[in-house]
Amino acid sequence: MVRWQKKAVATGAALVLVTALGACSSSGGKQEEEKAAGAAGNVADTPRMKVAFITHAAPGDTFWDLVRKGAEAAAAKDNVELQYSGAPEGADQANLVQTAIDQKVDGIAVTLAKPDAMQANVKKAADGGIPVVALNGGIESWKQAGALGYFGQDERIAGQAAGAKLTEVGAKKAVCVIQEQGHVGLEARCQGVKDKFPNVEKLYITGTDMPGSQTTMTSKLQQDKSIDYVVTLGAPFALAAVKSVKDAGSAAKIGTFDTNKDLIGSIKSGGVQWAVDQQPYLQGYLAVDSLWLYKTNGNTIGGGQATLTGPAFIDKSNAEAVEKFSANGSR
Amino acid sequence: MASTLTAPSTVDDRVSSRSLGARLLSRPEVGSLVGAVVVLVFFLITAPPFRDLATTGTILYQAALIGMMAVPVALLMVGGEFDLSAGVAVTTAGLTGGLFSYQFSTNVWVGVLVALVVAVAVGAFNGWLLMRTGLPSFLVTLGTFFILQGLNLGVTRVLSGTVSSNSISDMDGFESAKAVFASEFKLGPINVKILIVWWIVFVAIATWVLLKTKVGNWVFAVGGDAAAARAVGVPVKRVKIGLFVTVGFFAWFSGMHLLFNQAVVQSGEGVGKEFIYIIAAVVGGCLLTGGYGSVVGSAIGALIFGMTQLGVVYAGWNADWFKAFLGVMLLLATIVNLVVKKRADLR
Repeated sequence: MVRWQKKAVATGAALVLVTALGACSSSGGKQEEEKAAGAAGNVADTPRMKVAFITHAAPGDTFWDLVRKGAEAAAAKDNVELQYSGAPEGADQANLVQTAIDQKVDGIAVTLAKPDAMQANVKKAADGGIPVVALNGGIESWKQAGALGYFGQDERIAGQAAGAKLTEVGAKKAVCVIQEQGHVGLEARCQGVKDKFPNVEKLYITGTDMPGSQTTMTSKLQQDKSIDYVVTLGAPFALAAVKSVKDAGSAAKIGTFDTNKDLIGSIKSGGVQWAVDQQPYLQGYLAVDSLWLYKTNGNTIGGGQATLTGPAFIDKSNAEAVEKFSANGSR
Repeated sequence: MASTLTAPSTVDDRVSSRSLGARLLSRPEVGSLVGAVVVLVFFLITAPPFRDLATTGTILYQAALIGMMAVPVALLMVGGEFDLSAGVAVTTAGLTGGLFSYQFSTNVWVGVLVALVVAVAVGAFNGWLLMRTGLPSFLVTLGTFFILQGLNLGVTRVLSGTVSSNSISDMDGFESAKAVFASEFKLGPINVKILIVWWIVFVAIATWVLLKTKVGNWVFAVGGDAAAARAVGVPVKRVKIGLFVTVGFFAWFSGMHLLFNQAVVQSGEGVGKEFIYIIAAVVGGCLLTGGYGSVVGSAIGALIFGMTQLGVVYAGWNADWFKAFLGVMLLLATIVNLVVKKRADLR
């Protein structure tokens, strides 16, 4: 028994060592890199302020990484202490807003993907004198909640842009792949696609299960051979779709919403045709910067109107220009 | 099964001579087999692409994705324990392999081996802590589940600066590792992913171990009644830790498939899969209380789940109802399973 335990302890120690080893080696290089990126401009000498940045992001999603990078860049430039947190459930996210109020932060940037759950606490913050801006989700509800501005895209309009694109390139039948069942924003995108391109079907996959997502898309393509376009709503799923199309022996083309580094590469090499870009980095950046401008100069970006950050298209013609930014993780 | 050790008066079904039919019907997987046939026939009728041989590869692959991990999970359940960390452990293994080879610019096979060490260590840690504390495995592995989920995210961000591992597709050894873990070949019209082959091989090995070896008897014994097993000299601790290590090994293998299939692994993946593995094992005839079940059953359970998941798509039903269809089909399969098993027990 003792020998056995020793073995277990040894392997455990090896595990810790491996993780520690990894953590050590990168902390120097990567942090320097980020600092260098942040220090591109001069840092503001205005009084330090504290901003709570509260999203509905599920952990491990590349999209939110870009939003966070933008927010951090603005925070570094504006002498802002950024508190980043997220919770996918509406009630949990609302609670995070409450904790920000309790901490008497100087500003709150929040996503309103689940506006009904968020409304009360966001209003409470705004009424209590804490400036709030909304980003990414909640284009219909940010004014009601008392937010100063909104930075993001109108999901329906973005969907319509994608739908128009499908019509433009002469697609016949498309499938719109939703990675999270019951997500209002994602449904609105597919609805928007349908507005401009009626022959589209919805398909649900489980976003946290990549190989499963791949087989589900494969089976859909096998079931309906007339599908000649797959529209995914997130970059990782577009990359999985590339494999599905190949597995199913289909000739379908792929368009997607949102980007990441690997996706830009895939657009360049022709695996994915185009991506609707809502510029997540910009959303994070503007949200923090707008709070700073409001605090230091009383400005509101957008002047009481929503500031749209998308939909812009990335395709083969401009992928190269985006690539150099995506390589360092900001596009 | 374990009662055979403590109560010699019951007839040991391994030595008594009974008819082949009766012996078959008393197997844990027979109910699920009937359930699988029902699901298959159902979709053959309602989903035309199901009749196409080319789709068989896709369905088997979907089943293999679940079934690979259902093998050790079934063994573990026969041994009377749970592992809630099995789903994220797969992601941990994949991330470790990808991150290690990228960050240290090694041949990817080095990353593969490091991932094996880490995955097996996670399993050993689960087993060791379980035996050390005497806590239910549900709690211990729940803790590991959260730890791994956090580490997956935290370590990945620290190392790669984003939430997914860096792409390793252009690194040394990638092609050969891909050939082992994530290649595919054509068998007539069927596109066979190598994972399916590995799955069948592992099911066969695990079944042989469970049914024909001393270790297999020990697994049944510790799952049935650990105290009684200990009394007759079964090394309970080692068996249980060994079972968790087995889960770790399979998590490594599945993680390597994940890694070499996509070349990148997202750190948020795998959450929720642990239940699907357990579902496959239970649908396949494993008792939630331990001491009874089979590996072949877990494979059939995975097949039922895979067929249903894709069958709904193949049938072209309105996607809004997907999860509801899935639930109904699984319930039906399990009820058929139950009815058949009760009939068999009556004989």
